[in-house]
Amino acid sequence: MTRITMTVDGATVSDDVAPRTLLVHYLRETLGKTGTVVGCDTSNCGACTVHLDGQSVKSCNVLAVQADGAEATTIEGLASDGELHPVQRAFHECHALQCGYCTPGMIMQSVDLLAENPDPSEEQIRIGLEGNLCRCTGYQNIVEAVRTAAKEVRS
Amino acid sequence: MIPADFDYLAPTTLDEAVAALAEHGDDAKIIAGGQSLLPVLRMRLNAPEVLIDVGRIEALRGIRDDGDALVIGATTTHHTVSSDPLVREHVALIAKAIEHLADAQVRHRGTFGGALSHADPAGDLGAPVLALGAEFLVAGPGGRRTIAADDFFDDFFTTSMADDELLVEVRIPKHTGWGGHYEKFVRVAHQWPIVAVAAAVRTAGGAIAEARVGLTNMDVTPVRARAVEEALVGMPASEEVIRQAAAAAADGTNPPTDLNGDADYRRHLASVLTRRAVLAAAEV
Ligand SMILES: Cc1cc2nc3c(=O)[nH]c(=O)nc-3n(C[C@H](O)[C@H](O)[C@H](O)COP(=O)(O)OP(=O)(O)OC[C@H]3O[C@@H](n4cnc5c(N)ncnc54)[C@H](O)[C@@H]3O)c2cc1C
Ligand code: FES
Ligand code: FES
Repeated sequence: MTRITMTVDGATVSDDVAPRTLLVHYLRETLGKTGTVVGCDTSNCGACTVHLDGQSVKSCNVLAVQADGAEATTIEGLASDGELHPVQRAFHECHALQCGYCTPGMIMQSVDLLAENPDPSEEQIRIGLEGNLCRCTGYQNIVEAVRTAAKEVRS
Repeated sequence: MIPADFDYLAPTTLDEAVAALAEHGDDAKIIAGGQSLLPVLRMRLNAPEVLIDVGRIEALRGIRDDGDALVIGATTTHHTVSSDPLVREHVALIAKAIEHLADAQVRHRGTFGGALSHADPAGDLGAPVLALGAEFLVAGPGGRRTIAADDFFDDFFTTSMADDELLVEVRIPKHTGWGGHYEKFVRVAHQWPIVAVAAAVRTAGGAIAEARVGLTNMDVTPVRARAVEEALVGMPASEEVIRQAAAAAADGTNPPTDLNGDADYRRHLASVLTRRAVLAAAEV
């Protein structure tokens, strides 16, 4: 076992983990942060996306021990004081989800995208979200939600 | 699935990492960003007993200006490399190739040195690095040595680094003022190319003064399209010249046949993509 200490959604956590533990399993099974989901076995789908030290990563493709000392934000840490994050609100309002399985990862990646480019074109949104797969929506309303959130964040 | 059990070492200096690699030998594997290695371990295609994480070694990270070259530390992430102003100015081809590599999340974790050490013939960094004539600094128990790009890629997923050596940094000669373009052909998003072409061109007075062309996934290693380069140099930078030169792109290559296409299809793609890449790099 290896001791790791990190900040997750604002709280400091410290645990002994087996080195082979994936970050996503540490978040879900040790910390109970089940908002972050696993959608594939191949690091393709992006459903598990969280932020590590301010950058989006696929948490199924990071070892928990590699995140030792880092600051992680999951979908559960995005809202503040009961207020949804603008991207969460836009996904709701634009009907950017059907089954909702891809949504936590889509939202986390969209937040990352807007941090880097506050006014992305439709093309830039589609490319920025290329590591996130959705089996339901056809992406149209997801792109719309990101544009809507971008406007709100800028104003 | 999750990986089989292993011991985890996280050295903070290069010497410690080299010593750990020497001590554990074949049982050990280096992990950098883990973006290629972790999928392999999770599928249980490999099960090393020890993982040596080089991600905490400060000296392996970062980009520096070294006069006539840029030096990129092995564990510098793809995202850092492609957004670096020095890289964009002096070796623009590298930044352009990375923009098409994987997806944003993978580019945040995956490293320049990890991708090159992995030596996937479909990897997007080999051809540009080869085209620009990079040098690889590696460290092992016997000290350090430099390997030229032409000698670095040895075989399918194999470099000429010894098992007890690790990649420290990559030195890329500046190509300031050259045009660069990476033309990648894929069927689906965020994936490895079926074929891709890296082109760097210096034009002067409407003619092609110098040209470098590298091919991805046309052989067991990335390769230079030397026949194309020779056909371009000294010629007017015109569509006709570039089209004719690009026809030789697949000369001497040995492309794979797989579900994405057979070898002949890849040869055809290589010349089409070479034409597009050189046209864009020469701004014709
Ligand atoms: C969904 C997905 C899509 C991808 N798409 C693409 C793509 O389109 N194009 C592309 O080129 N790549 C793609 N990749 C791979 C990506 O580029 C990886 O980041 C990169 O190949 C490996 O870098 P890493 O730092 O993660 O290396 P790791 O996975 O940590 O290591 C890879 C290999 O290199 C060795 N290694 C690492 N660092 C060193 C070192 N300093 N010295 C010696 N050996 C070392 C390791 O032992 C291992 O064998 C994709 C990956 C994923 C998960
Ligand atoms: S669960 Fe991580 S990418 Fe699919
Ligand atoms: S809403 Fe079902 S996968 Fe995206």
